[in-house]
Amino acid sequence: MHIPDGFIDGKTAAAAAVISTIGVGLALRQVKRELPPRRVPLLGLSAAFLFAAQMVNFPVAGGTSGHLVGGTLVAALLGPSAAVVVVTTVLIVQCFLFQDGGVMALGANVFNMAIVNSVIGYAIYRMLCHWLSGIRGQVTALAFAAWCATVLAAISCAGQLAWSGTIPWSVAFPAMTTVHMFIGVGEGLISAMVFLAVSRARPDLITETTQTGQPQRLGELMRYGLLVTLGIAIFIAPFACSWPDGLDSVAEKFGFSHKLAVPLLPAPAPDYQVPGIHWAIGATALAGAAGSLIVFGLALLLGRWLVPRQSGSASDHLPNP
Amino acid sequence: MSANWLSHHHSHADSPIHRLPAALKLGVALMIIVVTVLAPIRWNAWFIGVASLLVLAMLLSRLSPIFLLKRLLVLSPFVLGVVVVNAFQPAGRANWLAVAVKSVLCLLVVTLVSNTTPFSRILRVLKSTRVPALLITTIALMHRYLFVLVDESERMRRARASRTFTRGRRFHWRTLATVVGQLFIRASERAERIYDAMCARGWK
Repeated sequence: MHIPDGFIDGKTAAAAAVISTIGVGLALRQVKRELPPRRVPLLGLSAAFLFAAQMVNFPVAGGTSGHLVGGTLVAALLGPSAAVVVVTTVLIVQCFLFQDGGVMALGANVFNMAIVNSVIGYAIYRMLCHWLSGIRGQVTALAFAAWCATVLAAISCAGQLAWSGTIPWSVAFPAMTTVHMFIGVGEGLISAMVFLAVSRARPDLITETTQTGQPQRLGELMRYGLLVTLGIAIFIAPFACSWPDGLDSVAEKFGFSHKLAVPLLPAPAPDYQVPGIHWAIGATALAGAAGSLIVFGLALLLGRWLVPRQSGSASDHLPNP
Repeated sequence: MSANWLSHHHSHADSPIHRLPAALKLGVALMIIVVTVLAPIRWNAWFIGVASLLVLAMLLSRLSPIFLLKRLLVLSPFVLGVVVVNAFQPAGRANWLAVAVKSVLCLLVVTLVSNTTPFSRILRVLKSTRVPALLITTIALMHRYLFVLVDESERMRRARASRTFTRGRRFHWRTLATVVGQLFIRASERAERIYDAMCARGWK
């Protein structure tokens, strides 16, 4: 999901850079306030860990392999503000040292992967943790939150590409969302398993960071929420709001000027091309809604499978199945 | 496994480009990238100018063109993917060549700078601009321990491979997840030792 240079234009890069700078500034201030000095090196080491962890390949069916992205996992392990700093650091080093992601696009990448992915993922994770107690609940919540965060980051990325005019929204949104709905399943699975492995070996590492300062967390999340909303209003809302009239303008554009061009989506007849594209957006939204229900069910099953009832330390809180 | 593409031994070589001040290189690179991204498609002269400047810099820096080409191929699957999508897109056909040219040029600029400048110098430049100190510390620590942790995860991978027979896929994923979790635990234990060492040397 690293956007290279040249894929987003000046206005998108500038808007994303402003939002990301504010977000990272907020995160740095928060971290400085709440993190004891002896945990400062942990930020750098966590960033190095995230980079090394992204190089571990998990085999997927068919000879392909996937790897962890990790924003939500780091947020669950260290808290949201520290996660924003850690993921931003990884992105900066990847950009300058390994040319993974562009310099101009750094703001956009930070917004998608550090802010949307970590903070939204963390918010969903905490919300679900209220309902599902115990280590099994945490594993379930993290698996689902990581999936949601991956898909949302992909949608935000699609919005930026579309606003820049690189790829039309009618192509970018279905393509990015569908692909990342599958990638997200792997991400959720790996995040949950790694989280479980850490919480079994060193439970103190997790409780130390995430159980402190409940009321502050809400205010912190509200501020990020405001930023994310602003970003979504800029990158995605123009497309989402103009669906009814957008149909006409798209019809005009595709129907008149490019009648003879090759349709992107296989359509039974040229006349079906425009409804086909519009249908793809609606279908993707619908699939996303259905997908999130399915994934939540899968996450519940995963929790059951990974944490058998007798081994969970807090199993007395769990309702009997 | 991928330790050799991680290594940046080129950044410590010697050439006229290596000897230029890091701030100058970063400034020029940033300027070129910004103008290239913002340039309209019609500015052929600019793109050709940047390309010839890059070729000149490459010759002066004594980096092998094959090395740069390899880096470009490793990094560009995403660029290729979007270019292919755009090539089939009726509205985007005029656009795709420009996107490809722009991203390849920018990629080359950053590759050249990062392979002719040691990372510590880049950090020093960042420190002299107004980047917050906490972020600089984090970046510096990440860069310092990046290779240590990559080596450590490679050792753990080898240890696991020599001890486990490959059974079902679900066990495979579980062991891999345990390895990653263990890597996090080791990283945070190392962080505590580093803090003690930093304090012993008079940090803050």
